[in-house]
Amino acid sequence: MHFQECTCCSESFIRASHPIVLDVLLDVLSLNYTETLMAASGFQAEKSLNDTIQNNKGKYIVLVEGAVPTGHDGVYCMIGGKTAESILQTVAKDAAAVVAWGSCASNGCVQAAKPNPTGATPIHKLIDKPVINVPGCPPIADVMMGVVTHLLTLGQLPALDSQGRPKEFYGRRVHDTCYRRPNYDAGLFVESFDDENARKGYCLYKMGCRGPVTYNACSVIKWNEGTSYPIQSGHGCIGCSEEGFWDNGPFYQHLASFPGFGIESTADTVGTVVGVATLAGVAVHAVATNIRKRPVIAEVHADDQKEI
Amino acid sequence: MTRIVVDPITRIEGHLRVEAVVENGVITDAFSSGTMVRGLEKILIGRDPRDAWAITERVCGVCTTVHALTSVRAVESALNITVPPTAEIIRNIMMATLYIQDHVVHFYHLHALDWVDIVNALKADPKKAAELAQSFSKWDKNTPAYFTDVQTKIKAFAASGLGIFANGYWGHPAYKLPPEVNLIAVAHYLDALEWQKEVVKIHAVFGGKNPHPNYLVGGVPCSINMNEVAAINSERLNLVSRLISQADEFVNEVYIPDLLAVASFYKDWASWGGGLPNYMSYGEFPTKGYGQPESFKYPRGVVLNRDLSTVHPVNPRDSQEIKEYISSSWYTYEGGDNVGIHPWAGETSLSYTGPKPPFETLEGHQKYSFLKTPRWKESAMEVGPLARLIVAYASGRTDVQELVKDTLGKLNVPVAALFSTLGRTAARGLDAALAMGWLKEFYGQLMERVKINEVSTFNGEFWEPKSWPADAEGVGLTEAPRGALAHWIKIHNGAIENYQLVVPTTWNGSPRDAKGQRSSVEQALIGTPVAKIDEPVEILRTIHSFDPCLACAVHLYDPQGRHLHQVSFE
Repeated sequence: MHFQECTCCSESFIRASHPIVLDVLLDVLSLNYTETLMAASGFQAEKSLNDTIQNNKGKYIVLVEGAVPTGHDGVYCMIGGKTAESILQTVAKDAAAVVAWGSCASNGCVQAAKPNPTGATPIHKLIDKPVINVPGCPPIADVMMGVVTHLLTLGQLPALDSQGRPKEFYGRRVHDTCYRRPNYDAGLFVESFDDENARKGYCLYKMGCRGPVTYNACSVIKWNEGTSYPIQSGHGCIGCSEEGFWDNGPFYQHLASFPGFGIESTADTVGTVVGVATLAGVAVHAVATNIRKRPVIAEVHADDQKEI
Repeated sequence: MTRIVVDPITRIEGHLRVEAVVENGVITDAFSSGTMVRGLEKILIGRDPRDAWAITERVCGVCTTVHALTSVRAVESALNITVPPTAEIIRNIMMATLYIQDHVVHFYHLHALDWVDIVNALKADPKKAAELAQSFSKWDKNTPAYFTDVQTKIKAFAASGLGIFANGYWGHPAYKLPPEVNLIAVAHYLDALEWQKEVVKIHAVFGGKNPHPNYLVGGVPCSINMNEVAAINSERLNLVSRLISQADEFVNEVYIPDLLAVASFYKDWASWGGGLPNYMSYGEFPTKGYGQPESFKYPRGVVLNRDLSTVHPVNPRDSQEIKEYISSSWYTYEGGDNVGIHPWAGETSLSYTGPKPPFETLEGHQKYSFLKTPRWKESAMEVGPLARLIVAYASGRTDVQELVKDTLGKLNVPVAALFSTLGRTAARGLDAALAMGWLKEFYGQLMERVKINEVSTFNGEFWEPKSWPADAEGVGLTEAPRGALAHWIKIHNGAIENYQLVVPTTWNGSPRDAKGQRSSVEQALIGTPVAKIDEPVEILRTIHSFDPCLACAVHLYDPQGRHLHQVSFE
């Protein structure tokens, strides 16, 4: 399903390398409705959706790309004359599992940044069942495939953290798994883009890198079949898989110094997140959003590893 | 008279709805609606201008990078920042890569199923398909075994319900390809899906990831150091070189031959879908710096009334040239519904006045879209690959003229065939072929810079906000794959005071203006035949020929549709 989004998640999905998307579409997954690729339009497209729901009650998986605008009775995203919210409710009702593909569906992403003009809302706040959040703008292609195949081949929900994210891919900070980490520990920093230190691949912390407060697999799995990831190509992490990252201060302002908690810490156990040094209010906001436990996710914890 | 609604239009980015009036089997009127909006222009206000590239890049993940590039150009223009030549070359490499990837994906995955009957491909003789493919392409994969294998896969897939191909208009009389050509196209659809993930690794090398690689005001974020493993070095450049060679083969031995083969069966579409006679291009691929548009590979300008003897200059800073109207859009302006506003003074006040959802039709509503309606000197413009080629052709660019003439000759059609649905689709292929040649050239230039160790990729002279004037305004222009794209920015005391985007699909897919003039998509649909009212594949052909991108068009909004049904009979 596509709501308020930019289709970067679908684009990322088709960049997958293991498995490649072709094999998934032909052999693994019966992808019956995707506005980006499907042949049918108009009412024939709607028929594909309705048939899938009717013929597979309780057995189909919904992958949602995009936030849902709740402002002005939902008119800021309408498909076929219906609001995104009404479509989401219909589709989610009989789903075996609901996956929030990317940051828009997981945490609202860019349209939910202040002042959130359309009331963009992540889907877990709107539906009454567990949601697997796979944040990132977009998520890494092979992470998306990993989540889908985990569901399909193991027949299980992956273990989730307190924000509904699979621990398999969101359990470690980008900073702790970054190959530039030894530079941080040794105090070797880039002071300006393309300076002598940048050309030696020093740490990008002073350039605003959000690796220390971002839980994602970028520095391990990397992007585009392991080709690179933002830090490797000289730009700091912007924290695109963290809730509220657009409002966590200007991207090039570096984080306040943060306690050197060990690499076994997770977002759940640390419970605090460091915001930009000069913006105390923003830092408080980040703390608040990162320690909140969502009831909907707590249910998922209780049902960890259940068969679907 | 029948009014048909196609919503959602699939195989595009975003949510587009089209309502068309059909009389005696021909479209006589059309209404194009964007039905989704996000309000990004409001979100940009008050933020650091150096962050705007990241926010606007999220306008669209299909044409990822184009808004980032436009944004850094806008900020650099406001702050008088000159980008180092090596950074400019890397930006050109990123952009040319996108052209190629985006056009191939559009042709095979978004547009082909309007022309290619996938079910009919099951009737093909794989041996004959191989002979045919080998007659127009040297691609060594085109063997009988390969086509047999693909056919077997599709057969199994059809038996399981066809997945994403279910409920297509298969067997519709408008499909004209022989089974063997259908099989060739389906086989290459599958190969293109696998190839597209390779070529974007170029973005990952220089920008860290794709979709949404990183950009930087003042240059590019990556550093070059041929004596360092943690920088762009020989290994990285070798990877780029190999990816360019692969792309060259795919574009010239698969995409272009397939395009010509398919087009040769649909020459009747050279007489439909022409639409507006006005074409605009901002120009792209600077070779001597962004400040010298005369050095661009694609020139900047406007062609009016298909008069190829004159190219009119475009000035994005002139408040009388480009204006946006909202007389048919769900917004309000302080000055009322009928005024046009230059983007530097642009307003974004949402005001939905359409029917309460769920609804069946937008018929009878003066306002019917979240897209604003841009005009150049009060005229509606078509933008995109066709517009780029026409402006370049009229500007006397010989490389473009030769390629266009050669292609028209191969298809045995006159120059007038360009002004059509078929012309638009063919132009996109030529655009990719040109970009492919330039990509190789840019890579060669990059290697030359590396050889002489001119590798600076960032100009930090005006990086710190304390070096900025209290007030500044700028505009960034690009030719995105889908056409003319511009961002206008105003900066006050180091923060964004106003930010407006006017994007290709706003030009092409917008509703009527205050004078009732239609934009490109609506105009192009008029006169298009519709053989079967409940299977309007012809509408999709013309709409897809524009490669609409709704998330962009509603930079802030994007429309969605689904439902195709008859809502009124007379």
